[in-house]
Amino acid sequence: MIAIVDYRAGNLTSVARALEHLGHRCEITDRPEAIRAAQRVILPGVGAAGATMDHLRRLGLERVLREDVIGAGKPFLGICIGIQILMDHSEEDDARCLGVVAGKVVRFPTAVDGRLLKVPQIGWNRVHQVRPHPVFDGVPDGSHFYFVNSYYPVPAEPSVVIATAEHGVVFCAALARGRLVATQFHLEKSGAAGLRVLDNFCRL
Amino acid sequence: MLSKRIIPCLDVRAGKVTKGIEFKGNVDVGDPVAMARAYYAQGADELVFYDITASNERRAIMIDVVRAVAREIFIPFSVGGGLRTLEDMRAVLLAGAEKVSIDSGAVRNPDLITQGAKAFGSQCIVLSMQVKKTGARPAVPSGYEVVIDGGRLFTGKDAVEWARQGEALGAGELCINSIDRDGTNAGFELELTGAISRAVSIPVIASGGAGTPEHLRQAFVQAGADAAIVASMVHYGTYPIPVIKRYLHEHGVEVRNGSWAGE
Repeated sequence: MIAIVDYRAGNLTSVARALEHLGHRCEITDRPEAIRAAQRVILPGVGAAGATMDHLRRLGLERVLREDVIGAGKPFLGICIGIQILMDHSEEDDARCLGVVAGKVVRFPTAVDGRLLKVPQIGWNRVHQVRPHPVFDGVPDGSHFYFVNSYYPVPAEPSVVIATAEHGVVFCAALARGRLVATQFHLEKSGAAGLRVLDNFCRL
Repeated sequence: MLSKRIIPCLDVRAGKVTKGIEFKGNVDVGDPVAMARAYYAQGADELVFYDITASNERRAIMIDVVRAVAREIFIPFSVGGGLRTLEDMRAVLLAGAEKVSIDSGAVRNPDLITQGAKAFGSQCIVLSMQVKKTGARPAVPSGYEVVIDGGRLFTGKDAVEWARQGEALGAGELCINSIDRDGTNAGFELELTGAISRAVSIPVIASGGAGTPEHLRQAFVQAGADAAIVASMVHYGTYPIPVIKRYLHEHGVEVRNGSWAGE
């Protein structure tokens, strides 16, 4: 069973539908015991870092995720806001995050070389695999994935970065450490490439 | 770098896809779920559904369509047509749409944009506008006027000014539909699209008039659009999406999977 963490944000059902389409059983839940018992845990979603952390704390899930899931080496997948809250801190809402991956979350610049940059970036961007990882099995390097974000993660340790993309700046689009994987792009909205990465995670 | 998006538009009336020629004489071209599946397989980057009946008794049919589409396609899609309240928006988002498209409802009640952005995030809110060239005058300096209620009611609002206001109110994207070009296959209204593209910093979707892949190239390269709506040129099979993408790729436009057909 895969637990999709319900932290009162949108987009949870899209991930559930994608997993069902791939033939994986999943449950949307906010119960600590269900998350501890799951074989894998996914934290998806759109939302702001501050509100997401507030909800996780109020639901008593901050420690569960940090210690019982990620700390215990259970396969964990963060999507979009789910990659950002792994860092120590986010500029968005000046939020203290989970701090399981050293680093920070910063906003895209509003302009680059005197040209206005569209923020949030909304759309399909090319993702470059900078380090081989099993979640990219069968996915050609340079494939496009769907992004919706104004902020991006900056891990302190560059070796955790497995993929980058460019939107005004080159940024970390995916990271991994052991069976902890996270993507800034939406796997559930990225067509066949996204479904493949999601399926690969379910087989880690 | 973001790729340029190609967005097939499905006008849905009573659960069936239609394509209007200048909003008159609609003809059924098919089942929305089957068409969504086909465009997904062809490599569409996104889909948009307009509920052109949008009467209360039909709203339930549209929600069923949205739910069925969401089970089968894994790219973003938006739903518009007659959305007037936060509850209308919530219903289509919960059924599985990624975005809502608001139009006449936002002109009548601009606060709807702000409320929607606050409740669901700006990225969910596409401000769509129907625009007609009515000539420059003090109230409409650009010469392009916003029209509502399916092209029937002239608002006296300048389209470029409304686009700026929409961005300030919290819209995440703008969809600019030229009524003069809609259904003509004569190409997008580049002057209008370009003027709005330069006036805002959120993504702009060109709509109305797409007849050939070259029309899309013009919208992207000359008018600075981030995405383009296609309808009859794909609905009638004149240009399958891979053909459009290959043309754009060969002409230096960044598109998803431009160098190979389908996915």
